[in-house]
Amino acid sequence: MSTATATHDEAHHEEPPRGLKRWLFTTNHKDIGTLYLVFSLVMLFVGGVMALVIRAELWEPGIQHVDPQFFNAMTTMHGLIMVFGAIMPAFVGLANWLIPMMIGAPDMALPRLNNWSFWILPFAGAMLLATLFMEGGAPAAGWTMYPPLVLQTGDAFPFLIFSVHLLGISSIMGAINIIATILNMRAPGMTLMKMPLFVWTWLITAYLLIAVMPVLAGAVTMLLTDKYFGTSFFDAAGGGDPVMFQHIFWFFGHPEVYIMILPAFGVISQVIPTFARKPLFGYSSMVYATASIAFLSFIVWAHHMFTVGMPLAGELFFMYATMLIAVPTGVKVFNWVATMWRGALTFETPMLFAVAFVILFTIGGFSGLMLAIAPADFQYHDSYFVVAHFHYVLVSGALFAIFAAVYYWLPKWTGHMYDERLGKWHFWLSVISVNVLYFPQHFLGLAGMPRRYADYAVQFTEWNQVSTVGAFAFGLAQLIFVYVVWKCVRGGRKATAQVWEGARGLEWTVPSPAPYHTFTQAPEVK
Amino acid sequence: MGGAARRDEVRAANRRLVRRLVLLPLAMFGFGFALVPLYDVFCEITGLNGKVDTGRAAQAPQGVRVDASRTVRIELLAQAPGGGRVAIEPAAPFMELHPGELRVAKFRARNLGAEAAVVRAVPSVTPGLAAQHLRKVQCFCFDEQRLAPGEARDLVVVFYLDPALPEDIRTVSLGYTVFEVRRQARAGPAGAGRG
Repeated sequence: MSTATATHDEAHHEEPPRGLKRWLFTTNHKDIGTLYLVFSLVMLFVGGVMALVIRAELWEPGIQHVDPQFFNAMTTMHGLIMVFGAIMPAFVGLANWLIPMMIGAPDMALPRLNNWSFWILPFAGAMLLATLFMEGGAPAAGWTMYPPLVLQTGDAFPFLIFSVHLLGISSIMGAINIIATILNMRAPGMTLMKMPLFVWTWLITAYLLIAVMPVLAGAVTMLLTDKYFGTSFFDAAGGGDPVMFQHIFWFFGHPEVYIMILPAFGVISQVIPTFARKPLFGYSSMVYATASIAFLSFIVWAHHMFTVGMPLAGELFFMYATMLIAVPTGVKVFNWVATMWRGALTFETPMLFAVAFVILFTIGGFSGLMLAIAPADFQYHDSYFVVAHFHYVLVSGALFAIFAAVYYWLPKWTGHMYDERLGKWHFWLSVISVNVLYFPQHFLGLAGMPRRYADYAVQFTEWNQVSTVGAFAFGLAQLIFVYVVWKCVRGGRKATAQVWEGARGLEWTVPSPAPYHTFTQAPEVK
Repeated sequence: MGGAARRDEVRAANRRLVRRLVLLPLAMFGFGFALVPLYDVFCEITGLNGKVDTGRAAQAPQGVRVDASRTVRIELLAQAPGGGRVAIEPAAPFMELHPGELRVAKFRARNLGAEAAVVRAVPSVTPGLAAQHLRKVQCFCFDEQRLAPGEARDLVVVFYLDPALPEDIRTVSLGYTVFEVRRQARAGPAGAGRG
């Protein structure tokens, strides 16, 4: 492909402006991708510190370091920040960096909208964090914001609602941009079924985003009018029903969990074939499996609320529909394993994270299946078992996939190889500590420890201490990650254009670091 | 095709697509609100959340055969959250009756405050599927109740169980949550004047 040299020439004519203005006014997909990734890294640490406050308080029974109201504020803010500030923006950042390069497009379809959707985020994040200093404290009713409890939030309440609105608007604009890019900007010959799986999973994720973020916006708007404008959507005194909030919230909330994991599936489907030196096994079944998961995500929401008093028919429907999701997910896990089968495997850091993803995400999937069993869920509901489950899929799932992606594409972004030895240290410390951190929480939940309490019964002490040790080890291990990224940005061994021996796809045909403008002349895809 | 022409074409295609895509979030925002009446309709048809027919008086059970072959236990509950100015409790914690039999349940309400209180009771029937078979001929929950300062009064429900009540339901809980009416019209879009 001759485009690589062509774009390289052009890069000299259009150097990015320097200084703060470059980042404030940029419409370049690579700059915006970087901004998203840096923002999410900062938020990962903000949310992580909150998690460590939670774990420190749970080191032993009784109230040690923080008062229970603040503890609850920590669990609430940790959830909101990790979901909307860390995981989702990280995947949007990856989408910005990679989708145009993967489909041979010069940039995103709507570059100015792209700038706007990023720059809303810091304001929304700041607004949310500012609630920590407000009269009455930060929101403390859980990230799910169930009424009537959430309506008791103090001055922070409207700030919570508006920051959720802003985060939603940002996601919707980002998603529209991604869909338009994928549908309209593909290079000639790049048919839908030739697209890399990361692009496919993001196309489906973007549709999920524009379908459900507005529903969340509606739900929190109803909370706002219930509190300040005398409506009674969720107020039984006025004829409303608090359970209805749970229905509306989880109608958003369940697709939301797939919004956080489908792009991770895409990343893993790029990384594993590279280091197995084999094409992905069952490409089209991967596409169909992703689409099926997305469809099913709309009809399973009430499995989050088995204990609200649903009739038997409802329990059964949501139980079976939920279990059905295991089928397409199983197809994916099978395909990843089949891709590795008899491949010429090497285990560089991205591959290590990808393999850990497959194993640990599957553990999280299995505990999800346990939770899907309605009668068993009456025991597990709102216990630490649930906490263990969703951290297995979100930390050792989504977050590990993000790590895999960063290590995988970092040489392409910076032009330098990262420090492989430190990368491996980061991996091994993370994978060990993440299990020390979350696995005991399964036992705690099954033994009856409820979530969202600052205190607990003495018999839970030992496993809580194990978990807290794991939490601090995991938190410290992430400092290695920051150092590796920093070091790689500053310098290191020069990366080749292809970077990895087994790497396939358009992004590996442009030089490393990727020039400021790539594919201004569309490449020919055979 | 020239580069500029292709760029313009892509730009126009993007605009068309975005115009269509924007409709979806707008529609879904509306759908979130549409879920509110849909939820009520769904519950009314299926009787799932125990709020069926609570706003209307039923006909007295004329011609309804009393099914003496089975006895159903009715558990009575009442609570008045918030402030503690009004207290309410059932006169008896439970009663036993045959389906088809007309009975009276009493709840003792007291205004503990120094000002008059206007209260509205919101009923709830558990299991939810029993709600449509619990027929209220007369109920204090149909209207707002005014309690003078210090007044204690028996609030009355006259009801019967439809003999069509499924055989496997042997216990039905009838609960009331009593709210003080603060504003004149605290009517929400979610079923104003219900309960």
